[in-house]
Amino acid sequence: MADVGNIVRVSGVTKNFKLGKVEVQALKGVDLEIPTGYYISIMGPSGSGKSTLFNMIGGLDKPTTGKVFIDEVDIAQLDAYELAWLRCRKIGYIFQTFNIIQVMTALENVTLPMIFGGMNNDEAVEKGMQLLDLVGLGERFSHKPFELSGGQQQRVAIARALANDPAIILADEPTGNLDLKTGEEIITLLKSLSKERKVTVISATHDIKMLNVSDQVVWIRDGRIDKIENRDELKISVGVVATR
Amino acid sequence: MKNITLSSIDADKVARLVVLPFAKSIEIAFKSIRVRFFRSMITTMSLVLAVSFLSFIRVSNDVANGLLAAGNPTYRQSLINAGYDLQPEETRIESSPKQRWIVILSLLVCVVGIVNAQLMAVTERFREIGTMKCLGALDRFVLRLFLLEAGMQGLAGAGVGSLLGGVCAILNGLASFGMDAMGNLPFMDAWTSVLFAVVVGCVLSLLGVLYPAILAARMQPVEAMRAEH
Repeated sequence: MADVGNIVRVSGVTKNFKLGKVEVQALKGVDLEIPTGYYISIMGPSGSGKSTLFNMIGGLDKPTTGKVFIDEVDIAQLDAYELAWLRCRKIGYIFQTFNIIQVMTALENVTLPMIFGGMNNDEAVEKGMQLLDLVGLGERFSHKPFELSGGQQQRVAIARALANDPAIILADEPTGNLDLKTGEEIITLLKSLSKERKVTVISATHDIKMLNVSDQVVWIRDGRIDKIENRDELKISVGVVATR
Repeated sequence: MKNITLSSIDADKVARLVVLPFAKSIEIAFKSIRVRFFRSMITTMSLVLAVSFLSFIRVSNDVANGLLAAGNPTYRQSLINAGYDLQPEETRIESSPKQRWIVILSLLVCVVGIVNAQLMAVTERFREIGTMKCLGALDRFVLRLFLLEAGMQGLAGAGVGSLLGGVCAILNGLASFGMDAMGNLPFMDAWTSVLFAVVVGCVLSLLGVLYPAILAARMQPVEAMRAEH
């Protein structure tokens, strides 16, 4: 247990996809360590392998070669039940398209992972209400997704992601479908939650606004890590972009 | 051995297995049908029709058998007039092979219809299923939800269809043979016929959803996320 401080460790990961008869290598050997409690942004153009890496970290996909460790557990070793448990309890997902379950109310959406996690209904409802309060939607718990705006839906998704007090929140382009102002609000919310609750936030994004709050930015290009920048280095490079 | 490695993750009290209590599954399935009521109704419609046909045929035969069992020669004559193929020595009317084939065909068509409708429903709900899986749902939760939904639809559809068919058969009997049809109707047999049709309907509904549900359950969460709308 040399890397106690790392919640996610990716070592030598490659991933091949078959597109028809052609084999495409989406990831060409990625090594990455993500320290607990950090707010990480994975940046890169589309087609860079960003989403693939992201799915690996989330346990949604398995690498062709190499290993992904979450909390020092190799996810390739987990069976279906353990993987489901990992998704349920250790990782909270936030999607570009919100993915609120349409047939359920905001509260039911938030309580669902807790029910899966084995919590009884009353406790889950109580905690769900607290979480909705936390994201500023306490009043709207009984609303269906189509009665909520995009920003509000994303807030429900954040509350849902926090339901089982996960160690990691994975956010795939969380602001991609939101306007500038709402996107900023969501980023601020994510940042403050990550600080308060010491949750590691990993987000794949195009959004430059995201850089301001990130502790570390991982640039992916062409299936490899191009560079990893810490916050302090980043300010300079953003400054450079700004003065151009 | 895996437990040892996993215990490093699991420090809290909650069990390591994800669960979905049965009562909660029923609640989710029921709500899901209610929200998509119109769609569920269309899926169920073919079942209603096929089951009501089955029930109609069987109850009609019950009505005819009731009249026949009364032993009155005028009833016998009116049955023959109504188109029943009665030989002089026969004391019971069974459904003819032709009737049976038509019923079986209609049930087959109905199952194909259900499979088709449910496949559509699964495609429509790719994202929902994928999201649930990301939240930790196991394959069998998804399977169970789909089977429960189909079971409920089946019960409702077959119930309505069966009663409809039964009532139509009795009305038809009344029209052909007058009040005598009611007077001689063996109620136990008619009920059995109706219940039989309900059971057949439920089984068909479950049969129809099986393949789509397995397809849905086996889906990887990442595939579901990829489905763009």
